[in-house]
Amino acid sequence: MTKIKNYNSKDIQKFLLNVKKNILDMAFYAGASSSHFGGALSIAEIVSFLFSYQMKIDRNNPLWEDRDRFILSKGHACLAYYSALCEVGYLTKDELKTFEKDKSNLLGHPVINRKIGIEFSNGSLGMGLSLGIGVALASRLNKKNYNVYVVVGDGECNEGAVWEAAMAAPNINLENLYVIIDKNNFQQTGSNKNIMNVDDLKEKWSSFGWHTSSIDGHNFDDMFKCFKNIKNIKKPKAILANTIKGKGFSFSENNNDWHHSVLSKTYYEKGLAELSKN
Amino acid sequence: MEITEKNIKMWSIIGPRATVGLAALDLAKNIKNLMVLTCDVSTSAGLDRYRKTFPEKYLDLGIAEQNMIGVAAGLASENFKVITTTFAPFQTMRCCEQIKVNLGYMKQKVCMIGIASGLVLGNLGYTHCCIEDIGILRSIPNLTIISPADSLETVKAIESALNHNQSVYIRITGSANNPMVYKKDYSFEIGKSLTMKEGEDVVIFSSGSMVSESIEASTQLEKENIKCKVVNVHTIKPINSKEIINHIKNKKLILTVEEHNIIGGLGSAISEIISSIEIKAKLVRLGINDQYDKGGSYNYLKDKNGLNFKKIVYDILKNLNVK
Repeated sequence: MTKIKNYNSKDIQKFLLNVKKNILDMAFYAGASSSHFGGALSIAEIVSFLFSYQMKIDRNNPLWEDRDRFILSKGHACLAYYSALCEVGYLTKDELKTFEKDKSNLLGHPVINRKIGIEFSNGSLGMGLSLGIGVALASRLNKKNYNVYVVVGDGECNEGAVWEAAMAAPNINLENLYVIIDKNNFQQTGSNKNIMNVDDLKEKWSSFGWHTSSIDGHNFDDMFKCFKNIKNIKKPKAILANTIKGKGFSFSENNNDWHHSVLSKTYYEKGLAELSKN
Repeated sequence: MEITEKNIKMWSIIGPRATVGLAALDLAKNIKNLMVLTCDVSTSAGLDRYRKTFPEKYLDLGIAEQNMIGVAAGLASENFKVITTTFAPFQTMRCCEQIKVNLGYMKQKVCMIGIASGLVLGNLGYTHCCIEDIGILRSIPNLTIISPADSLETVKAIESALNHNQSVYIRITGSANNPMVYKKDYSFEIGKSLTMKEGEDVVIFSSGSMVSESIEASTQLEKENIKCKVVNVHTIKPINSKEIINHIKNKKLILTVEEHNIIGGLGSAISEIISSIEIKAKLVRLGINDQYDKGGSYNYLKDKNGLNFKKIVYDILKNLNVK
């Protein structure tokens, strides 16, 4: 089992740096086919925290039946997901280089492949939480005690299906279900406010019957405290993660041009240089 | 389920929709990991007894079909055998993309039962009719589509679907007091059509509610000395091309009859097969002629759309130049 028993933000920070390096590499390998760079970076810390600390996983067995399940409903942010799967040992650096290439296991949206830790195919927005409900319910019916973590985007919350699922989970009392909302305030073609104002998401999720918390989505101590505090709450749990799209690189932070872009050699090298200062 | 003449009669009287509930009730006794999911239609799908008897194997997700398919796929991914059921338009079109991604693309195995498909709810308007489901689902890879001919075949289709190697859509047509196409037990296999009547002149391929009408048409035509073979193509996808080609050999005329739009359903599937071979016989496709006409009772709409044995007889005579 990989779970780091004692919380140490420095260990997670190391994991994060590798994740970010992987993201840069994959975005660069993708070349002209582009990649969803900004949305991956907004969840880099969340994914690092989950995979290196929070989730019960077995680094030697991605199929371990008692593993916690991770579902990236905002599937386009898969650069962060693949990078984390590489850091836990389910993918090699060479496999990362196949991103979006012919016959690759690593397309621009996740394709189900549990041998490498990809639980479901995602990418068509609004579907991941429903899958999470099914899996969380299966855990209860099978008398297992694994948790299910679903990451959705704030833009994704435009999708009506998200709210069908949001309404259902508290009705079924799924205490083992966590949804983390990546609130980076942007969607594909602009800010939430300009495209479809999602307004107060905390209030919305709360009114649907979820226990709702807010965190700084780039702060591990904040995440640690939040997960510790809500662990025993007998409700499905929504965590609103306030994030910055394109976080970590001066050129991409809060710059929606990096929603889906080509990472040129110049920017790749600039990114590497900025990463080395961490 | 225990298949006795008494049960077959009873299922026919209550109709295929209520029979779905009885089938689930029986299956749940022996299938430990069965889950039945609905969207606020337990009464309509005959699931009231099931709901009370097996509350732990039942989940009502409210009026939210997209979520239902996702939850079903999540459960299926953890090795549950899952049945979803609601009215056919909502079971297929409302959640079409969830079916594509979760069941087609990801291959999570779910048995979907679309109740009251076709025209049976015509007095409620075309929001509740379903003449498009086969056409739409047929274009999604990794899905099997079954249209049972009667209540007994509905029971057999559900049992087979739960052991099938991919997701299945079972399209329920017909009403209470449904004609009994099968009066006793028989062998049902997904993908294997069944010859209901032999005949050398004409072949009628039909499915669902139209099988009984086709058999009656064939009987009527015997009086005119026209021999019609009737084939129950209960599995519309994957369609068994080899069987179809064998059936049409040396026939003067080919008919397809279905309670579905003439675009996309059984007739389209048969014409796709025929287009790849050389034959002289003409193909006549009977179905709803790509329109949303005035609504009305089931019998009114079937007659209006020529979905009865009289119209089948008329079309066969006309095309054989007998009339």
